[in-house]
Amino acid sequence: MDGDNRVVDDRTPGVEEYEPTASYLSYTAGLGLAILTTIVSFVVSQTNLLWPPGIPVGLVVLAFAKIGVHLVFFLHLGSGPDHTNNIVALAFGVLIVFLVIAGSIWIIANLNANMIDMIH
Amino acid sequence: MTLTAATDFVAAESARGRGGGGPAPTRIVVAYGFWIFLLSDFVLFSGLFAAYAVLRHETAGGPTGAELFNLRNVFIETMCLLLSSYTCGLGALSAERRRPERFFVFAALTFVLGAAFLAIEAREFAGMVGKGAGPGRSAFLSSFFTLVGTHGVHVTGGLVFLAYMVAQVLVKGLRPPVLRRLLCFSLFWHALDIIWVGVFTLVYLIGDFH
Repeated sequence: MDGDNRVVDDRTPGVEEYEPTASYLSYTAGLGLAILTTIVSFVVSQTNLLWPPGIPVGLVVLAFAKIGVHLVFFLHLGSGPDHTNNIVALAFGVLIVFLVIAGSIWIIANLNANMIDMIH
Repeated sequence: MTLTAATDFVAAESARGRGGGGPAPTRIVVAYGFWIFLLSDFVLFSGLFAAYAVLRHETAGGPTGAELFNLRNVFIETMCLLLSSYTCGLGALSAERRRPERFFVFAALTFVLGAAFLAIEAREFAGMVGKGAGPGRSAFLSSFFTLVGTHGVHVTGGLVFLAYMVAQVLVKGLRPPVLRRLLCFSLFWHALDIIWVGVFTLVYLIGDFH
């Protein structure tokens, strides 16, 4: 029976299984969303559509949205079982990136502030 | 199918990716390894982003970002890279569906768009150095050239990778190992676009606004 053949126990290590990862449609949808968020980013940075002091925050939010679009539509990161490890690795990567950026900004800003005191 | 076989199948499927249900297919494992490499590349860039974020106001009396950056060029660059990501994805899809002639067309488009991005960036760099705003002028410019330049070097590496993949498809055909390398290339190329999102947001848009 068809179902019995698909029991995973008989999978030989390294055997290729053809598994279409995406469709032309998903790439096109991703491109549309990415272009849209890009244009919104450029418009927001050049106009006063947003409350001006909030523009940097708005741009960062748009950047995260665009990165999300890229991850889902172009890199095909999904919630399926094949992606579990990728998602866990991504979560760890995000943690490290956050620590490196926040920690470096803290340390370099301190050094930089003290540097100005030394010169003057 | 008996009830036991059915539940076994469901259990095995749901255990995939968590170590159960037998080994994952090679392409999943290869993509996972390459994904780890890409994440480490993101960590490299996070250090450069942090340095730029701190130093972007330290112009040492030299030109500021608002005086140097041309947002129209940056918009064209962004669109080139985004469209090349799209054609790269379509190329990978054509290769997966064993359509080599389509793959070559999309690979050529990806290469041209990537090269156009690099040409605009090189012209921008040359123009800045010509105006005396080279990497040695101020801490702002040092961190700018390091961050944007490192991304540019990655794009250059990506173009070499792409040319190498086209040669492999020409010589070896769309065999499984070639398809796996092609998958790695498209992951790399999409990751470069993700880093560019950070670059144009932090360097050009927020930098220009302040």
